[in-house]
Amino acid sequence: MIVLYGITGILLALSFALNRTRTVKALRLAAEKFLKIVPAFLVITALTAVSLYFIPAEKAARFLGGDNLPAGVISASVLGSISFIPGFIVFPLTGLLRQHGTSLTVLSAFTTTLMMVGIITIPLEKEYLGMKLTIARNAAGFVTALAVAAVTGLVFGELHLW
Amino acid sequence: MVKTAPKKQGWKLHLLIFCAFCVFAAVSFLAGYVPGMEMARNSTRFLVSMGALFPAAFIIIGLFEAWVDREVVEAHLGMNSHPCAYLWVFILASTIMAPLLVALPVASSLLKKGARLKLVLAFLGASTICRVPMTVFEAMYLGVPFSAVRLLVSIPLVILSSEILGRIFEPRGE
Repeated sequence: MIVLYGITGILLALSFALNRTRTVKALRLAAEKFLKIVPAFLVITALTAVSLYFIPAEKAARFLGGDNLPAGVISASVLGSISFIPGFIVFPLTGLLRQHGTSLTVLSAFTTTLMMVGIITIPLEKEYLGMKLTIARNAAGFVTALAVAAVTGLVFGELHLW
Repeated sequence: MVKTAPKKQGWKLHLLIFCAFCVFAAVSFLAGYVPGMEMARNSTRFLVSMGALFPAAFIIIGLFEAWVDREVVEAHLGMNSHPCAYLWVFILASTIMAPLLVALPVASSLLKKGARLKLVLAFLGASTICRVPMTVFEAMYLGVPFSAVRLLVSIPLVILSSEILGRIFEPRGE
């Protein structure tokens, strides 16, 4: 965070020294863009809080532990698509799940959908990409996650083709 | 089709939803409703952690738009760009470490400057799956082979799906 603001400050100072009017224009653009997404961002904040309450990380864990691999993958990918959990919580959690015997196949479906599919962020994403492309992009992410899970299962010997 | 700037309608609805949530949170605190209080605390934590990132991120995006010429972006990521452009997009996305909420405005700036839709989609995909610190963190907990398989499968699929979606959604005649 400090590094980010340091870089921003240096760039801003440099820009200001080089061309004052251009810098003012840049700042106006920044403010405009920022203000445009604030409402959608606030909605996402509310949705995140609600979803974290209904699907807390520990509860999510219980869904993933079952013996049935396909069922585990499906619930993991649905859960991963709906929830919005920051990485520093997710990976320690997956590490813990791994120790308790959750298959890597299920874990990969969970982490990949968490990364690639964001139902909660749709209100914001559609502001930039339009609804159709947003849906298509998230659907593609979901399919990708299933493929990742399948290959993970094959590579680590949890899934067998016969 | 693809929008390069956020549209205007919709923000009233968004604000309305958020106001409803705030009222709900306030009532929860007054009435001592525990789930509501917890949700309010969660949202504040999220708001602060993301909100702290936004001013710097948007200033950098603003500077990018004001200084980088359309020709530069077009030459590297435009219609006649080399297939290697995918490599640049992936390097860019994995090193700037922007969460999706920041990668989206960056993507829209790139589009506005004439980058091809498929490359912008690849940038968004890459920013979700191969951020460097995230991958290191993942490998620590689940092992390097796990992360390797995930990246080796998802990177080609991100490129493939960006190609397909680019073909479907790219406005023609540009």
